[in-house]
Parts: sequence; C-alpha cells; structure tokens
Amino acid sequence: MTASDWWYVFFGKLSYDSLPFYSPIAAFAALLVVFGALFVVILITWLGKWKYLWTEWLTSLDHKKIGIMFITISFVMMARALVEASMMRLQQALAYDAPGYLPPDHFSQLFTTHGTIMIFFMAMPFLTGVMNYAMPLQIGARDVSFPLINSLSLAFTSAGAAILMISLCLGKFSTGGWSGYPPYTEMTFNPGVGPDYWIWAVTLSSIGSTMTGINFAVTIYKKRCPGMHLMRMPLFCWTALATSILMIFAMPPLTVATVLLALDRYADMHFFTNNLGGNMMNYANLFWAFGHPEVYILVLPSFGVYSEVFANFSAKKLYGYIGLVSATIAIGFISFLVWVHHFFTMGQTASLNAVFGTATMLVGIPTGVKIYDWILTMYRGRVRFTVPMLYALAFVILFTIGGLTGILLANPAVDYQVHNTLFLVAHFHNMLIPGMLYGMLAGYTYWFPKAFGFRLDEKWGRIAWGCWVVGFVLAFFPLYALGALGMPRRTVEYFEGAYLPWTIVAMVGAVFVLAAFASLLIQLFVSILRRREYNVFAGDPWNGRTIEWMTPAPPPEYNFAVIPTVHERDAFHAMKMRNEAYLPPERYKDIEMPKNSMLGPVFAVAGVMIAFGLTWYIWWMVAAGIGIMMLSVIARSFVKDTKKVIPAWKVKKEHERWLRAVHETPVVSRDYEVSPANRGLAEVSAV
Amino acid sequence: MANRFRRAGGFLAVALLGITLGDCAQQSSFLHPYGQIASQQRTLFLEIIGWMMIVCLPVFILVPWFAWRYRRKNSKTAYDPNWGFNWSLEFLIWGVPFAIVGILAYLIWSWENDLDPYRPIASDKPPLEVQVVGLDWKWLFIYPEQHIATVGVLGLPTDRPVHFTITSDAVMQAFFIPSLGSQIYAMAGMKTQLNLIADHAGTLRGENTQFNGMGFHMQKFSVDAMAKPAFDAWVKTVRDAAPRPLDAGTYAILSQRTTADEAQQRLDMNALPAATLYFSDPEPDLFSKIVSKYRPPYPSSYPKEAMEAGQHKKAEAHQ
Repeated sequence: MTASDWWYVFFGKLSYDSLPFYSPIAAFAALLVVFGALFVVILITWLGKWKYLWTEWLTSLDHKKIGIMFITISFVMMARALVEASMMRLQQALAYDAPGYLPPDHFSQLFTTHGTIMIFFMAMPFLTGVMNYAMPLQIGARDVSFPLINSLSLAFTSAGAAILMISLCLGKFSTGGWSGYPPYTEMTFNPGVGPDYWIWAVTLSSIGSTMTGINFAVTIYKKRCPGMHLMRMPLFCWTALATSILMIFAMPPLTVATVLLALDRYADMHFFTNNLGGNMMNYANLFWAFGHPEVYILVLPSFGVYSEVFANFSAKKLYGYIGLVSATIAIGFISFLVWVHHFFTMGQTASLNAVFGTATMLVGIPTGVKIYDWILTMYRGRVRFTVPMLYALAFVILFTIGGLTGILLANPAVDYQVHNTLFLVAHFHNMLIPGMLYGMLAGYTYWFPKAFGFRLDEKWGRIAWGCWVVGFVLAFFPLYALGALGMPRRTVEYFEGAYLPWTIVAMVGAVFVLAAFASLLIQLFVSILRRREYNVFAGDPWNGRTIEWMTPAPPPEYNFAVIPTVHERDAFHAMKMRNEAYLPPERYKDIEMPKNSMLGPVFAVAGVMIAFGLTWYIWWMVAAGIGIMMLSVIARSFVKDTKKVIPAWKVKKEHERWLRAVHETPVVSRDYEVSPANRGLAEVSAV
Repeated sequence: MANRFRRAGGFLAVALLGITLGDCAQQSSFLHPYGQIASQQRTLFLEIIGWMMIVCLPVFILVPWFAWRYRRKNSKTAYDPNWGFNWSLEFLIWGVPFAIVGILAYLIWSWENDLDPYRPIASDKPPLEVQVVGLDWKWLFIYPEQHIATVGVLGLPTDRPVHFTITSDAVMQAFFIPSLGSQIYAMAGMKTQLNLIADHAGTLRGENTQFNGMGFHMQKFSVDAMAKPAFDAWVKTVRDAAPRPLDAGTYAILSQRTTADEAQQRLDMNALPAATLYFSDPEPDLFSKIVSKYRPPYPSSYPKEAMEAGQHKKAEAHQ
C-alpha cells in the first residue's frame, strides 16, 4: 500500500483541503469554534469543575437537569444560527446587482446550516428541554418513565449538534437547504462531504427525538399523580402529550428518508436518483410526512406555555379548557393529512391539490379557536404585563398575521404564485418565531425561577422582548413584499431595484434580533449577579395555579417530598384558596431515584464518532463507534444496582427546612411581583 | 394633529405601495399581472385576505383592548376569576372559523379548475407549444413548430395561449414567470405542463425558484410578450441570427453546468445579446430524448404510441 492508501485508511477523505482556508470568514468561524471550545475546557479546568460537571450534570438522569442541558444546547446553537441569519440578511442587502461579500458557495452553506440548526438543534432541544423540565413537575411525577432513555435522547441531540459545529472546522456543509432535496443532494451533483454531514446530523437528531416522544408519552400516560386525570392536566401537559405522539409518528419517516438518501450516496442505490428507477418525489413525500407534523411538534408546546401564561397572568381560570384540549388533539391529527401542500407545484392533479388545500385550512379552525380562548381568558381577568405575558400578547397578534398568510398559501392557486419565494420564508418564520420561539422564551422566563431559585431580571427581559418584536417585524414583513414581488428564496444576488429597500429594512430587523439575543444573555448575566435579590426559594413567584409551583425553587431531585393528590384543575391554586398549601405531610417515605449513568455521555461520543467517520469515510472510526455503543449497552445490562434510595429522614429534613423558610417568607401582593419583595410566596387573595 | 398623522400614514402607505408596484421595471410580480392567470391569482389573493379579516380583525382589536381594559391596575372592571366557559361564545368561536374555512374551501374548489396549470386556456387560437428543459443553470426553450430554440429569452405572442411542456436534465427546478401565472416543477425523466397567456405586450422576468446550485441566482430569463407580427418577426430573427443548429453535439455543450453567459462563451455566440443563445432547427425529438434518457426502455408489449394516446385522453378529460 502506498502512503496515500494508508492515509485513506486512517483519515478517510480528510486532507489539507478540508480546512476552511477557502474563505477568511469561514476560517474565522472555525477559529471561533476552536477557541470557544478551548476556552470552555480551560475555564472548567481552572474552576476545577470537571468532576462536578460529570457527576451533577453529564451523567445525571434527573429530568430537570437533562431539560436544562437541552436548553443550553439550544441557546448555543441559536447564537450560531442567528449570526448566520444576519450574515444572509447583510448579503442580500448588499447584493443588488452586485456579488456582495459572500460567494454563492458560502451563502448556500449558511442557509442550509441556519435552517438545519434552527429546526433540529435550536427549536427541538428548546421545547424538549422545557417539556423535560416542566411536564413531570406539572403531573406530579418524580421523573420521566425512562430516565436513561432521556439521557440518551440528549446524547443523540448533542452528538448531532457537535457534528454541526465540527463541520464549521472541517470540510464544507451541505448546500441543499434544510430539506436536503435530492437529486441535488445525490452523489452526481454533490460529491462532497456536505450532504453527508447533513444526513448524519439530522439522523442523530431524529433518533433522539423519536425516543423523547416515546418517553414523554409514556410518562404522561403512566406517571400522573393520584387524582391527576387526563382532563385535570395543565394545558401544557396536553400539548406535551400531543407533541410526543407527533414525534413518535413523524420522526421515523425522516430517519427513513435520510437513511435511504445515505444508501443512495454510499451504496450506489437509486431511491431518489434521476435515473435507474429513482424518484425524488418519494423523498418529498417522506420528508414532508415528517416535515409537516414537525411544524406542530414545534408550536404545540408553545401553545401549552401560552395557555399557562394567559391564565396565570390574568389571575383567572383558563377559558374553554375542553375546547383547548380538543383543538390540540385536532391539530395533531390534521397535521398528518396536509403534507402535499409543501409541493402543490409538483404536477399532480388539481383535485388532489384542492383536497390537501382544504385539509390545510382545517388546521386553521382549532388554531383560531385557541386564539379566541386565550383572548377570552383575559376577559374579566386582572392582567399583569410581565415578560411571559408580553410574549404571549405579541404572539397572538403576530401569529394571526402568519395564520392569514398560511391560509393564502393553503390555496393551491395562490401557492402556485408564492411558493418557493420569500413570501413562504416570511410565512414560516412568522409561525415559528412568534409561534414557537416567543412561547419558549415565555416558558423560559416563567419557569426559570422554579429551576434556579431566582427570577430573571425584568428590565432586560422587557428590552429583549421589545427587540424580538421589533426585530421580527422589521426582518420578516419585508420578506412578504419581496415574495409577492417574485423574489425566490435562497438567492445570493438579485437584479431588481425594487427589492433593495426591502432587503435593507430586513437587515435592520436582523440587527434588532441580534440585540434581542444579546439582551437575553445580559439578562441572564445580570440575574445571576443579583440572584440574592431575585431569590424566590419559597417557590411560587407568579402566584401559580398548577402543582409545579408547590415545590421549592429549585425543587429537590425527587421533585415532591410526598407525591401530591389533586382534586381539580389548577390544583395548587385551589389548595391555596382552601388554605391547604404548605402543610407538612403526615409522614415521609423513602424515595427511590435512578442512579447516575455514564451511558449518555458514552453514546454522545460514540454517536459523534459514527457520524464523523461516516461523513469522512473513516471506517475504523465508524466500527469503533458502533462497537462502543454495543459494548456499553451490554455492560449497562449487567448493572443491577441502578436505583438509589433517599431515606425518609433526609426528605423530611429538607422539606421541613423549606417549610420553615416558607413560614418566614413574607407574602407578597401581585403589585410587587417583579420587585425584590417577591420571595416566592404569593398573597392568597384571589387577585 | 390627528389629521397630520393620517396624512403621514397615507403618504407612507402610498410610498410602500409605490415601491412595491411602481418600480417593477422588469415586471416580475403577479401584483402587476400581464396575463389572465396572474390577474385571477391577484384577485383571489385579495379576496382571501378580505374574508380572513372577519377572523383576524377581531383579534387585532380584542387583544389590545382586553389586555388594557382588564389590566390589574384598572380595578373598576368586573373580575370573574372562575368564569371559563360559555356555550354561546363556544358556538361563535368554533362556528365562525368553520364558516370562514367553508367559504375559503369553496374558493379553492371553484378556482382550482380555472387556475389548474394543466388546464388548456380557452381561446379561438391554438396554443403555442413550447418545450422547456431545465438545465444547470439556464432554461432551454424549444419551439417545435417554429424550429427554433433559445436560452435566456422567451418570445411569446400576446393573446394566444402558450402550452409549456417541462422537464429537467439536471436536478429539480421550478419554472416560473410571476407576472403571467403559476410555477411548476421541472423534474428529470418526467414531463410537467403549464398553460399561460399574455394579454398585453411587455418584457417580463422569468426564473427558477428551486435552488439548484451555485448558478441558481443567474437562472433568469426575459420574457418578451409581443403582438403576433412582432412575434413572427422575432422568430425569423432568431432563426437568422442563430449561429448553429441545436444538434446532439451542441446540446452536449449546452447542458454542461454553466450559466447562460458561460454557455454563450462555450458556444461562440458572443455576437448575441448578453446571456442569450439562439439555435435553429432543434433536433425534432430532442425533448423526448431528454425525458426518456432517465426512463427505463418501454417494454415491447406496450408501444410508445399507446402511452401517448393515453396521455391525450387524460388531457381531454381535463378540459
């Protein structure tokens, strides 16, 4: 064997050319990733926190910690994808009849990574994290049904995210967009490693999400506390249930689609190729059989958060609980019947399009009902304009505009005009930014005090909210105009003077969005500095209605000293009204909790090895990764001692310490909700 | 004061509309239609927005109104913390969206046939046949009856329907002339169809909207809609100015991954306008050859004529 043969055995397709020296911007981004990673490693070492990180976080099976880690991934990836979005906005603002500053090759990588990250590594981890954190607490469970699988879901997601970060440093990412349509992503047209990076990152994420779906659905079915009938669950749990079921049925088509595409690329098969019987239309169907329910996977948890927020900050019962539950289920069901609207222009008959167009509009009915239910929740309430409520109010208005354009797109005859243009891009950002992101940010602000024991800074929260709203409006409303003017999406350069003013406005919007993200970071930083001032150890900073607020902030590992029994919806609110809150339980019992497991981190490393090896044709690495996974599962199956027992006396001690603290905490009226006077014990009057 | 605001608002609206509609030097939008399809699409677009206002406007009004009226500081309003259901309201909030969706569904079904891209446009004139081949990164237009082919420019007669048969000899693309009407995908080994008509003369823009690589943004063409005499003259100009026929050898060069400009260089057509290529006498069955090269050969028991006959029947059924 020659030297280059040996190189290939050890390093596959890697070479000097894989390094990002083709463009100074790409090289800078790679350096940022490398130095960022180094900085984190040095920081942890300097603080001497490796052991803490390993035992308290990485190997933890606590749903709350796994949730927080999911959200951390989401924030890191959001930072990258927002910068990419702004780079694209800047490019288009400069690209009227001029090449701008980004070559087409780089621009197309940016829109692919932006979309892939925002969907799979920002939105999905964010909502998975929030559900992970809040849902078990809301149903009165100690943990999810399968804590270890929860940790593996995190491992797969983080391996996928790591692959995306590695792709900044080695090789070029796919240029095929977040949907990765063949035949463009086939070997004939894209022989590089880009589509392979995309395939494996997405595959990892889809496996993780399937497991999350199964885990959460089972948890909601099996782990509810006594008295917590399905129809007594907080609305957020209903949306978590619907999302989980959607995940179970919608993620596998994606895994199948990416794996078939991989077989085309690696094994010279012909599922989606132009020739030899391949047909890319099959990919389109498979992808959107995932892709459309995915949209509702993304927005439903936020709908749940909004339902909590509207009721809580209107100090009132949620209007139309049964209607909202039915609407949630209806949305989940209809979401599987509409996928063809993503390709009305593929040449099928008009009647088929009309059927799918009509089905698509049906989604508008339960969604419209939800909007009105939230509005009626405010009716005869006492509305408090806290940050989560501000997000909810902005959402209702902006989302309605997105719904309007969605109905336009659902009409095939109109879609023939605006499909594939920036109108479409504006529409789905209009659904996902107010619909998904605002909701998650509302949830983040709402449950942050529960998770960390102190509130987030209100002033910076409002600034962030303002920037998100202004930024969104400026960045995306112009895209509606551009799309109606016929500007295709994914355009690196254009030749129409009429587009220029709109692209400039959109770029200004992107600046506001960046400012919004920066404000969130500042908010976090300021809040940590003032954590004593914002402390809400008593656990109920918002005068909450659901049972997660009856625990200390942060809650103990086992969530509830004694599993509560509920008798109605808004159970904690009812307990407070009856003066039954904060009573010591009659007796304490030993609590069994899962022990830490290193299977998660091992799977994350092995997942990265498999995906990286497959991308670069480094077969020994793939084999090693698969071997590690198999061996570690076998090894884990020999571990019999998977549970630890927290003795009753310890539970009692911790709980009584908290109860004493609650008794020493002054009650606070809602007038001082966002002031340091709020120590997490709400005044029991109804308002 | 209020007046001044209103005037400023009016000015702003006019300015935005002006930017949107006025400066369409290239006429690239259905908001500025040049044909009956695009014009109907614009009508439909506005009609849907109108109907949707029935459910949208109450939201825009009620949200700020309720949020403000029932704010915590305003203790004068009623407070009803346990109110959470009302049958009449329930009928209203389910019923109105149901009704609107019913109306909009009726709109879909009533327009769908008229705006079906496959539906031949009614006219006393027979449609002009144009075969469209999506290449990376340009569109090839074959005029089988005129025996010419072009790249970068699509000449069309006004007031005569045009029937496009579309395929791709590369990845999937989307053929789109916004100010005339619908877009449709072009896929290798498959034929899609599109019927459009231009009802007045003008120079419009056509494009590909489906990203297909590094020359994607260059895959534009200009559409010259002109009266019949001008169109006939244009056909003659193309035939006379075409430096070479579109034979297999020329097509092989043309179908390489190049923009129209680069293809012009490779085919020595620099004398023609920028990004424009003219060909005379395209090989008669070039289009079907391009389609069939991705298809398995027809089995001998199922002759090609039978397939085509079947397709004709389908087209008739459409009418």
